[in-house]
Amino acid sequence: MSDSHGAYFIPEPSRWPIVGTLALFLSFIGGGMMLNGSGFGTFLLGLGIGAVIYMFCGWFSDVIGESLAGSYNKQVDVSFRWGMSWFIFSEVMFFAAFFGALYYIRVLSVPWLGGEGAGFATHMFLWPDFEAVWPLMMTPDMSLAGVESKFMEIKDVIPAFDVPLVNTILLLSSGVTITLAHHALKKDHRAPLCWWLAATVLLGFVFVYFQIGEYAHAYHELDLTMKSGVYGSTFFMLTGFHGFHVTMGATMILVILVRSMKGHFSAKDHFAFEGVAWYWHFVDVVWLGLYVFVYWI
Amino acid sequence: MSYGAVHDDEHHDHKPTGIGRWLFSTNHKDIGTMYLVFALTMFFIGGAMAMVIRLELFQPGMQYVDPQFFNSMTTVHALVMIFGAVMPAGVGLANWMIPMMVGAPDMAMPRMNNMSFWILPFAFTLLLSTFFMQGGAPAGGWTMYPPLVLQLGDGLPFLIFAVHFLGLSSIMGAINIIATVFNMRAPGMTFMRLPLFVWTWIITAFLLIAAMPVLAGGVTMLLTDRFFGTAFFDAAGGGDPVMFQHVFWFFGHPEVYILVLPSFGIISQIIPTFSRKPLFGYASMVYATASIAFLSFFVWAHHMFTVGMPLAGELFFMYATMAIAVPTGVKVFNWTATMWKGSMTFETPMLFSIGVLFMFTLGGFTGLMMGITPVDFQYHDTYFIVAHFHYVLVPGIVFGIVAGVYYWLPKWTGVMYDETLGKWHFWTSTISVNVLFFPMHFLGLAGMPRRIPDYNTQFTDWNQIVSVGGIAFGLSQLILVWVVIKCARGQGEKATDQVWEGAHGLEFTLPSPPPFHSFTTPPEVTEATAHS
Ligand code: HEM
Ligand SMILES: [Cu+2]
Repeated sequence: MSDSHGAYFIPEPSRWPIVGTLALFLSFIGGGMMLNGSGFGTFLLGLGIGAVIYMFCGWFSDVIGESLAGSYNKQVDVSFRWGMSWFIFSEVMFFAAFFGALYYIRVLSVPWLGGEGAGFATHMFLWPDFEAVWPLMMTPDMSLAGVESKFMEIKDVIPAFDVPLVNTILLLSSGVTITLAHHALKKDHRAPLCWWLAATVLLGFVFVYFQIGEYAHAYHELDLTMKSGVYGSTFFMLTGFHGFHVTMGATMILVILVRSMKGHFSAKDHFAFEGVAWYWHFVDVVWLGLYVFVYWI
Repeated sequence: MSYGAVHDDEHHDHKPTGIGRWLFSTNHKDIGTMYLVFALTMFFIGGAMAMVIRLELFQPGMQYVDPQFFNSMTTVHALVMIFGAVMPAGVGLANWMIPMMVGAPDMAMPRMNNMSFWILPFAFTLLLSTFFMQGGAPAGGWTMYPPLVLQLGDGLPFLIFAVHFLGLSSIMGAINIIATVFNMRAPGMTFMRLPLFVWTWIITAFLLIAAMPVLAGGVTMLLTDRFFGTAFFDAAGGGDPVMFQHVFWFFGHPEVYILVLPSFGIISQIIPTFSRKPLFGYASMVYATASIAFLSFFVWAHHMFTVGMPLAGELFFMYATMAIAVPTGVKVFNWTATMWKGSMTFETPMLFSIGVLFMFTLGGFTGLMMGITPVDFQYHDTYFIVAHFHYVLVPGIVFGIVAGVYYWLPKWTGVMYDETLGKWHFWTSTISVNVLFFPMHFLGLAGMPRRIPDYNTQFTDWNQIVSVGGIAFGLSQLILVWVVIKCARGQGEKATDQVWEGAHGLEFTLPSPPPFHSFTTPPEVTEATAHS
């Protein structure tokens, strides 16, 4: 299946990249149509996401097959390491955009709306009754008495030392369990490897479960939604993208677990494991940022 | 040194055939070719839009198109040129040249490379399909500022998804380049022996990885503001529309260096070849490029001087912008010093490179003018800024890419291009590009605003000259197509392996055209064989 060129490994032509491109193309068309109110768009989006999953399965089974067949040399391993690290860095920058937005809103734009600095005219003429506080329970729009606001008033926000604290403990422990799994793998202790991985997956999914519970609570009891003005916007955008990353990460660890049970990986050679572990730690660190800046202070 | 053993395995290069060769390709040269052909196609599509703009502006008053469509033309022209022509052309050249320059068989991750390319035509299908939707194509400017952009009709999600898709392509491409350069270099090819084109591309790749995700985040917030009721850019909900400008330009200014650095790299290869001297100040070139890239993350708000910022912000971004001129000056000095007392000849690649040197510098100077905060209050959103960025983008970047194409075309195809046609291409392009863009400075200083389909009659004369220059420039580019087709069909003198008398570097040790997999056993690089 693979072709070795002198000292190098170069994969044969592959259909997966174009399948992946078409799958994403279909998802985007479907997503766009859906947002414009077409039910058929939703169907296309589902189809597209299915195709994306199919592509991932196909592409990765090729890669796993090549790896098991021993086609990969040290150089390929190092290329994968470079690739994974910079992919994670690009994800860091993606989150940085939202953290940056949170910072800008909290430190600059909300105080300006409240009349600070150059914002005094805006405050005086547009929203004289607006008060700059955080969490922002009442938007400038709502502060205008008599205006039917398009934003929703929040009854309360999620307290930091409640479910979010439990979730912090869950994720931090999952960072420990995956490290224990790694140590087991390096000593080639297969049973503890699988158990620690299983524990990590479990912790990850319990986190997601709690997060969903928190969202339901926010939506149904606290009236805290995406439409609650900029507090709800930042809250759901940051925690939502993070939750999505946890789900992806836990799924990746699940795949690693299944592969470990099948006897893949060796004590010395297990880049897929390490790549996923890096990803998991990244998701962990983002959470710490979230916990501090979104829930706590 | 002999690379004989390297290329006699050509028979075992079972080149795939038919359409599958392109669809499923894992070959850096085939993928590079697709990138370049795609870029050239988009260059003409974007060019056609520019012709519509110039036709409408030939006279004051409304002539051919309605204002909404005119605005779509300026908006989509920019998106097509930046994301469809210039960036893919740069990646195409990187694909072709980097593996050969560092002594590798291919890119580090050939399958991902395929996907990086194939995303492009599909992403542009998404973008261009908006022309046929209710509400038409994006018309709020390529910078996509809210709230204006949010008033777009059904096209909005497609615009945003196209940006996501393109970002994905760029990030994958950048990761591949980093992995290739860091991990696939031949023995002896130390970092400080890398050709400058490779250096500028690694730095570009880092810029891409740091900047593109931020843009993706910004447009995602646009999407949720429009469809999910968030208030990031809505002051009534506690957000701020100006915040989008910060997010956008945090991406946007590094983006201009993403566009220009590969061009700097190309002319750093070409000028030494035709001056028959090593590049002056190799190490300082590397450090200057790295500092430009680093500084480019701290100047973004020079695009926002008039938007209302605290005074400290205005001052900080003014000084930071000025600071970028220092490393840029180092580069201009080094290119000039490379030519100093060289035994120069002026083949087409050299002519285009000298064009870059002069005209990029001119665009850089107007950039400096606009970087002075109080002065920019007058220039902002006038034709002066249109002149500025077109000087850096067209004769500064497009010319660099074209220079690279002329320089390496004989290597790729095995035949020399037609030198007479090349010279014609250079002189017609250079004259017309100045007729096209130089008067825009005067228009801007006289107060003609940008992005408008109609203007005060006092601006008529210069606009007519500009339009004539525009059409002449567009037509001149057909010469390039002719030259490329002739080479691709093998019409021309046979090229030698070294192609140019003064050329150095690993790519010139391979035959012309090179074997399907560039280096199958790593060449040994020594101080003597290294590029500069
Ligand atoms: C010495 C280097 C440069 C400086 C000091 C500089 C400075 C500036 C400034 C201050 C503006 C804002 C003008 C305004 O809106 O009033 C601007 C706009 C722009 N510059 Fe540059 N620039 C430089 C180089 C470049 C390069 C190399 C490129 C592209 C490759 C570029 C592309 C642009 C673009 C596209 C805009 C317009 C953005 C818009 O749509 O508003 N600049 N530049
Ligand atoms: Cu800029």
